[in-house]
Amino acid sequence: MTGFQMPKPVLAIEGLTVSFDGFKAVDDLNLYLDRNEVRVVIGPNGAGKTTVLDLICGKTRATSGSIQFDGRELTKMKEFDIVRAGVGRKFQNPSIYENLSVFENLEMSYPAGRKVFGALFFKRSAEVIARVEEVAAEIGLAGQLHSEAGLLSHGQKQWLEIGMLLMQDPELLMLDEPVAGMSVSERAQTAELLKRISQGRSVLVIEHDMEFVKSIAHKVTVLHQGKVLAEGSMDAVQNNPKVIEVYLGH
Amino acid sequence: MNSTLDKFFGGKQGGIGLLVLAALILVVFPLALDSFRLNMVGKYLTYAFVAVGLVLCWGYGGILSLGQGIFFGLGGYCMAMFLKLEASDPESTKIQSTPGIPDFMDWNQITELPLFWQPFQSFGFTLLAVVAVPAILALVIGMAMFKRRVGDVYFSIVTQAIAAILTILIIGQQGLTGGVNGITDLKTLLGWDIRTDEAKIILYFVNAALLLGCILIGRFILASKLGRLLMAMRDKEERVRFSGYDVASFKIFVFCVAASFSAIGGAMFTLQVGFMSPSFVGIVPSIEMVIFAAVGGRMSLLGAVYGALLVNYGKTVFSESFPELWLYFMGGLFIAVVMYFPNGLAGLWHSHASKWLARLRLPSRRQPPAAAAQPAEQPPASGAGTIDAVPAKQLESTP
Ligand SMILES: Nc1ncnc2c1ncn2[C@@H]1O[C@H](COP(=O)(O)OP(=O)(O)OP(=O)(O)O)[C@@H](O)[C@H]1O
Ligand SMILES: [Mg+2]
Repeated sequence: MTGFQMPKPVLAIEGLTVSFDGFKAVDDLNLYLDRNEVRVVIGPNGAGKTTVLDLICGKTRATSGSIQFDGRELTKMKEFDIVRAGVGRKFQNPSIYENLSVFENLEMSYPAGRKVFGALFFKRSAEVIARVEEVAAEIGLAGQLHSEAGLLSHGQKQWLEIGMLLMQDPELLMLDEPVAGMSVSERAQTAELLKRISQGRSVLVIEHDMEFVKSIAHKVTVLHQGKVLAEGSMDAVQNNPKVIEVYLGH
Repeated sequence: MNSTLDKFFGGKQGGIGLLVLAALILVVFPLALDSFRLNMVGKYLTYAFVAVGLVLCWGYGGILSLGQGIFFGLGGYCMAMFLKLEASDPESTKIQSTPGIPDFMDWNQITELPLFWQPFQSFGFTLLAVVAVPAILALVIGMAMFKRRVGDVYFSIVTQAIAAILTILIIGQQGLTGGVNGITDLKTLLGWDIRTDEAKIILYFVNAALLLGCILIGRFILASKLGRLLMAMRDKEERVRFSGYDVASFKIFVFCVAASFSAIGGAMFTLQVGFMSPSFVGIVPSIEMVIFAAVGGRMSLLGAVYGALLVNYGKTVFSESFPELWLYFMGGLFIAVVMYFPNGLAGLWHSHASKWLARLRLPSRRQPPAAAAQPAEQPPASGAGTIDAVPAKQLESTP
């Protein structure tokens, strides 16, 4: 539409507002994400970062505004249709099925047998097994395929959830604080993982850890009180006085 | 091929458990009990259908329905309507002012068979209706509640309300339903007298076979991906939803399956006991049925059967001596089970008896020289082996 967005953005958020009893957690937000871009959203606690992801994946319904994904309007779609359209989302707290094995956790996200009778007669084919093993190797859990997911370390649980998203091969991958609670070496491994898996898809990451942000971000968006405070390269954002005042200065 | 069989029989362990139960109800009871007592066990086993359904929808699906009596009753009433029409032929009702209609209609000045009774002259339709009427009602309730994401507790209360409403409706519409007395004086099924001892024994076996069939269907469901989805939903519903599943549709499905099982139990109750009345529809029987499942173990299809048998046996023995205390005892039992044995008898079995058995068996297992031929202890990830043999750690972690 406008000359500035040369390649059509894969995700175009325009005028997005959500109000909880009059409190605008997201306020007239505009955000464009390009194909194959890794974008990191930062901002102080309560800035509305998680709420933006909630709005994109349909967990929270927008009060007004639009979210276009690949030319489809997400604000009116059902949650499972949004997922099937190619949006995968990791929650802030690791959200895995503790009682199931790592294999079963991954298999659960395999995009087949998603309807009642499909699930009833779903067959664990060689294809499914191969895909699960491939993803498990990617997230470094190939050796734990048959252990119960609840027994994994915190970092491994985070990876497992990322792996569950990879099973769906989403076009847009959204990660809410993927390295929270991880050790330094786990953070580095996660950064490597993210670089690998962002090939051929767009990634939207929320993160507080600046080292991590620096290592993965193509572009950074700073959110404050539901609005975009600044946007640009990591360096530009880091030296922005407004950003230093509300966020980085602390 | 083998894996399909495994799905039904739940692996080696599950297969043994099922064989033991089958031997008990198909061989031991018929040999050990006189026809009166066998009929009584048959009646208890009709409640086991409800309890097995509750294991699926409550134990695995996390949907606590406190209104399964609705479906038990509807199944029972469908069967009773057919039998009543057969018992009300013009010849045997010639003293009525309108011969050929059920006696209670005649007493209520009804002169013509009501429209919704007419299809129940067909046995084929009746068999279909026994399952379809309750399943369709469950579908409607499920769509209304789960699509709107009604909370768990609210759902339980609504099922109670529906059970109460249905009871009031049946009692109020005496001319159409037989009112508080229910539908009684049932005599023959397609000309076959169901009141004889011989008929009761045959019906007992039909009932037992149907129950085992329902358990096999339950196992198939739990061993499928759908079964794992149910467990996943109980644990992290949001994660399932945002992995591309319509969570409501799976809840509706298990709720409908549980309703159909209950209905089959209800129909078999009518056949074996010879009547159906609103006292099996309401709030109290519905809660009793939950207690059967809770005592037996809400994560165990087989446990639910034992729960139904034991609690009902207890009720019969206990309420003969202290009829007015029975309700308090049931309440106490429920609280005790939920607080101290959340997985009921099956949980106790798995945490104590099976360990003890394993210890007994272990030494002999080391004997065979062909160690390589020994089956792996750890079941494959398929989960087929874990249906009735829920691993202890999982049992303990369920709230
Ligand atoms: N469903 C809701 N109802 C009411 N208020 C909400 C709801 N969801 C979020 N909020 C509020 O909106 C604001 C933004 O919350 P959000 O979780 O998006 O922040 P965040 O940027 O992700 O913070 P953090 O870095 O702590 O995760 C907060 O003040 C929060 O209390
Ligand atoms: Mg957040």
